[in-house]
Amino acid sequence: MDFLIFQVPMLTLQATLDGVLLGILFALIAYGMALQWGVMNIINIAQGDLVILGGYIAYFMYLWGIHPAWGVIVSPFIMYFVGVGIYKLVINKVVDRDLFISILATFGISILFMQLMNFAFGADVVLANSGYGTTMLFDNSVTLPNSKIFSAFISIVFAIGLVVYMKKSKLGRAIRATAQNARAAKILGVDTEKVYAATFGINAALCGVAGALISITFTIHPYMGLPYTIRSFMIVIVAGLGNLPGVAMSGMGLGVFEEFADYILGTEFRIGSVFLLLVLILVYRRFKLSRKREYLK
Amino acid sequence: MKINKIILSFISAIALLLSTSVTSFAKVVGDKIVLGSAISLTGKYSSNGVHTQNGYNMAVDRINSMGGVKVGGKTYKFEIIYYDDESNPKRAAQLAERLISQDGVEFMLGPYSSGLTKAIAPVTEKYGVPMVEANGASRSLFTKGYKYLFAVLAPANLYLDVAIDLAVEKNGGKPVKIAQAFEQDAFSQDVRLGILEAAERTGSKIIIDDKLPKELNDMAATLAKVKAVKPDVLVVSGHTKGALTAIRQIAEMKVDVPMLAMTHCDAAKLSKQHGKNSEYALCASQWHKTLSYKDKFFGNGMKYAADFEKEFKYDPPYQAAESSAALLVFKDAFERANSFDKKKVRDALAATNMQTFYGNIKFAPGGQNVDKPMVLFQVMCNADGSKCENKVVAPTKWASAKLIHPIPSWSER
Repeated sequence: MDFLIFQVPMLTLQATLDGVLLGILFALIAYGMALQWGVMNIINIAQGDLVILGGYIAYFMYLWGIHPAWGVIVSPFIMYFVGVGIYKLVINKVVDRDLFISILATFGISILFMQLMNFAFGADVVLANSGYGTTMLFDNSVTLPNSKIFSAFISIVFAIGLVVYMKKSKLGRAIRATAQNARAAKILGVDTEKVYAATFGINAALCGVAGALISITFTIHPYMGLPYTIRSFMIVIVAGLGNLPGVAMSGMGLGVFEEFADYILGTEFRIGSVFLLLVLILVYRRFKLSRKREYLK
Repeated sequence: MKINKIILSFISAIALLLSTSVTSFAKVVGDKIVLGSAISLTGKYSSNGVHTQNGYNMAVDRINSMGGVKVGGKTYKFEIIYYDDESNPKRAAQLAERLISQDGVEFMLGPYSSGLTKAIAPVTEKYGVPMVEANGASRSLFTKGYKYLFAVLAPANLYLDVAIDLAVEKNGGKPVKIAQAFEQDAFSQDVRLGILEAAERTGSKIIIDDKLPKELNDMAATLAKVKAVKPDVLVVSGHTKGALTAIRQIAEMKVDVPMLAMTHCDAAKLSKQHGKNSEYALCASQWHKTLSYKDKFFGNGMKYAADFEKEFKYDPPYQAAESSAALLVFKDAFERANSFDKKKVRDALAATNMQTFYGNIKFAPGGQNVDKPMVLFQVMCNADGSKCENKVVAPTKWASAKLIHPIPSWSER
């Protein structure tokens, strides 16, 4: 245990700001997950691997001499089709089965993606340099990499864009209708098959954006997907489905929690603390539910 | 009808058994000495696994084309059976069993990484099969009393202790304040032990002692602490991701520290991926091409690097060089033993005392190479940062450039 963070106020501020910026990025991935979970009732274990794949797209653009920030445009475009492809190949066969089957299927996709990425791109840890520099506050005692600010900004732009799209566009309305009641939507002439494919594609596209941002801010590696899946899963179960402000808030909360855990418990428990929090929340929710059930009795 | 079937399958089983036992006991077939190796061609170690395999292959070709191995007046050639261990220790141990008990291999070359070598060593030990390994530096390999394990590389605890000595020297012989962050794997923790010993020896104080997770991609917390407490030396070891993450975030967070010492810089292609941001980092290396060791097969380091580049189209990392050296050690031992008896070869290996292009090789009773010091290089760039090079700065005997110390602060860079 190390409480240096509370003795130096600048460190507290640094951790909080880092956490918030990071959390916004997590929230974007979680938003994608919440969307397709809500619409299709599928928990996508391969979420993190889609993120990493999106990161590799930005990385390869960087290798070809294009600024990796353009990855936030190109990567979702490509990832949309990857997502639709996965839907057509696998997900449409499990979409109306029980949750367990879809978890198994997406778990399989996750393993496949990891190995394929390892095979195609190699096992090296890579990153794309944006050359964005750093914003320094309070006489250089708090530093915010501009790449992190950029990621948070882009995440917010995409999240808002998606909300507007969901509200205004025809497909958005169809998606919302399907989420509410797939059978009723079908009867009223919504092609749910198309809606599902588009939803999975949009989710993959959001992962693509997040991946590109991660390759600019952190590092990517074929086996690094799972922590992102776990984080987004956690954010979604805390916030609940279809609750966008909730997703944003719990994303930022998780980011700050992680940063503080990192300072206090040590970096080695960073991901561990997220897992622990997940267990605690699941237990708490179960506890709450069982109380509710007793009422019903 | 049914009985016929049973008899038929029984006969075919026996035939199968016979046919496999014919190919067995293949340690020396005709004029070939068959070595076995489980190597990581897929999975998370695949890039370094390939470096290792290229190093082995390069040495096999070179030795074979320069007259092979002379044992008992006859000339033999090396051949290696490779299996892919998928970067998985369990799989590596299975494959070692298979190489020895099914393929009849009686001499082994090591896999990549300390973890996998640890998994294989008990197997080779059980069968009394001599193994020369080039990529397992963890100290724990050499304290178990293994008799058939020989490592051409210096153990992990010697990777970075030189850096602490150097920092103390630059501090006018006075103790220094050390901040360190290590991944929690066998190798990095051994590097950490080396630092702890060096700190005790010099009376230095460790003020930050962080552990890094396997899935590391953010160490901002550690670096923020470093900024707050201002140590004299920052030591980071977490394989390639540790090196890449540290350099990126040190530059982004403008962390000023007089000395930065790391491992795995060349495996991470640090100067290529980060350019000028990686400048002044000190890196531990088993080998560097500018060292002036010599042998008659590869000439010297520069020649080795040029030949390797010609064949594999990239600059050899030390992982390849040490792997090539393992074959030279085997050849030398076979010729001195003048026999293929495992016990005799083992004794000859234990008595090895030779120089290769990679360095001097002489094994301690534990199996580690005690005759080759680690070198430290520093990343140095030209003025506009378009070209960065690794220059050896310590130990002084091998230095090709002068250490730049302290590292200029970010505001002056």
